[in-house]
Amino acid sequence: MHDPRSAAAAAAVMLPFEGPRGPRPRKALSTRNIFIYGTLLLFAFYYLLPLYVMIVTSLKGMPEIRMGNIFSPPVEITFEPWVKAWSEVCTGLNCDGLSRGFWNSVRITVPSVILSIAIASVNGYALANWRFKGADAFFTILIFGAFIPYQVMLYPLVIILREMGLYGTLWGLVLVHSIFGMPILTLLFRNYFTSLPEELFKAARVDGAGFWGIYLKIMLPMSLPIFVVAIILQVTGIWNDFLFGVVYTKPDVYPMTVQLNNIVNSVQGVKEYNVNMAATLLTGLVPLFVYFVSGKLFVRGIAAGAVKG
Amino acid sequence: MSSVVVRDVSLNFGTVEVLKSLNIEVDKGEFLVLLGPSGCGKSTLLNCIAGLLDVSDGQIFINGKNVTWEQPKDRGIGMVFQSYALYPQMSVEGNLSFGLKNARLPKDEIDRRVKRASEILQIEPLLKRKPMALSGGQRQRVAIGRALVRDVEVFLFDEPLSNLDAKLRNELRVEIKRLHQRLENTMIYVTHDQIEAMTLADRIAVMRGGIIQQLDAPQAIYNKPVNRFVAGFIGSPGMNFIEGLVDGGDGKPRFRAGDAAIDIGRYGFENGAPYGSKAVFGVRPEHVAVGEAAVSMPVNLDAAIEIVEPMGSDTLAWTKVGGQNFSIRIESEKAPAVGDRIRIGFDPVRASLFDAGSDARI
Repeated sequence: MHDPRSAAAAAAVMLPFEGPRGPRPRKALSTRNIFIYGTLLLFAFYYLLPLYVMIVTSLKGMPEIRMGNIFSPPVEITFEPWVKAWSEVCTGLNCDGLSRGFWNSVRITVPSVILSIAIASVNGYALANWRFKGADAFFTILIFGAFIPYQVMLYPLVIILREMGLYGTLWGLVLVHSIFGMPILTLLFRNYFTSLPEELFKAARVDGAGFWGIYLKIMLPMSLPIFVVAIILQVTGIWNDFLFGVVYTKPDVYPMTVQLNNIVNSVQGVKEYNVNMAATLLTGLVPLFVYFVSGKLFVRGIAAGAVKG
Repeated sequence: MSSVVVRDVSLNFGTVEVLKSLNIEVDKGEFLVLLGPSGCGKSTLLNCIAGLLDVSDGQIFINGKNVTWEQPKDRGIGMVFQSYALYPQMSVEGNLSFGLKNARLPKDEIDRRVKRASEILQIEPLLKRKPMALSGGQRQRVAIGRALVRDVEVFLFDEPLSNLDAKLRNELRVEIKRLHQRLENTMIYVTHDQIEAMTLADRIAVMRGGIIQQLDAPQAIYNKPVNRFVAGFIGSPGMNFIEGLVDGGDGKPRFRAGDAAIDIGRYGFENGAPYGSKAVFGVRPEHVAVGEAAVSMPVNLDAAIEIVEPMGSDTLAWTKVGGQNFSIRIESEKAPAVGDRIRIGFDPVRASLFDAGSDARI
């Protein structure tokens, strides 16, 4: 027996063939699973309940609501509250419903998102790749800006906008949103561009590409995930903003959130709960839609900075 | 005529001195290898030559022109990086032509150069592919191609083979050598792999701590290292070092370490034998003879084998000389067993002696 292979084979024959083999079986209903899924279901229920109440209420007529069964499904489904919330409900002197606020919000959000991301991505690129003099100081100041409470800046900004002639206009609010998006977006882009291999940047420089050439032809095509993240952050952030909207605009150009508040909090007349619920749901639809469509891309983009492809 | 001249170049990052007043002249068509452990400043020096880092002091000339303040693209260099640095969103063709398009060359000239480079590197079938769809070896070929199309005098390689597996590394090493023989342009090549350095270089600059320790032909560095660091860094397996004392007199110097006394009368001292001073005696494992051959050597000793490391073609046997570890490279057929006592011998002419304090060659 000097062939080691036959010796090993002979030894293996002595061992039993029955008994455990392959992957270990797992019980579907183990204590661990029950605990995990139970907890998850409980919290899912807790968070979904208010949404359920809102949807159900918005589909009921006022007489049915007055009966007080807020959890029961509507006996007679009506879309009238939705129509009223969108196009008839009055805020102040305007009685054309939430649609005005919706289009105002669109006109505020789109330019703000484009402007802030365009500037912040170039900022981040310059900070990550072109180490100019004072870059660190500039970056520190910018990040510090993210920690200053908004309240401190509210009034000075009112004066600045007034002097610029932008107070109470859509473009004034666009400017404010772009400024306040800058610290966090610059940080986001800087970190992403820093995670890209530096040699790529060096190779492009040897190949004779300049500041804008490298940004547009090399960096931009590689940064789709982080742009998606930035767009989601900005769209939801600006759409949901209430404070800046109420401070820097006038009733004609109020964003949707401010208008919603004015509808829900109006003290005159009967409280139309169904219309309020419908109006709230309408206002929340855009962020909800953005999350549903881009949730996967969002997670991928957040993770992209951490792992090199 | 010199192709690349580095004159008094220093580089500081804050208070850290990375390069300390370096001077190198590279001849036209020469293959110079910058060799050293990581952190010795070799890549930094290459980046300075490429213009990717600004020097703190000194000048850089390429083809007789002072390029110290020039942009990388205007220096007449092509560069190949360790991580290939291919533009992921462009095809191989796009990668090769990117620099030429930036230089606004006419379309037919770009096509001609891309065609020539892809012929030389045999990457024609890959031109339409994206870098993601290439293997490591193919990627590095494309990266070399990107330097090739620039039609420049000077090629800079920054550890181009370090990301490849051992087999591919050997293949591409030969190919780089072939490329150099065919193109006959100047190449500066950074590596920490001494085999790459020995095989490719016309001259090697061994660096440590931002200073060039020795700049010489590979054989000269191998045979006559200027200090203990260079001696230990070049050669595999590494050189044996025995610490001891130079004594004797009347032109009959001996090296004494523990119970061993080695006659070093034939050793070529730089400035005569420093009698009575501490020294380190270095001899390469492959310069030690065993058995019959050992007896005819000027120095021979008895040695007991303690450890045997078979490496395929050769076997490395470990013993003790003067109480210190000592390895011998033996053909595998003649390999001794652990516990054997064998006769070993070597010629002090091929050995190196270093001062124990300064580590410099004596």
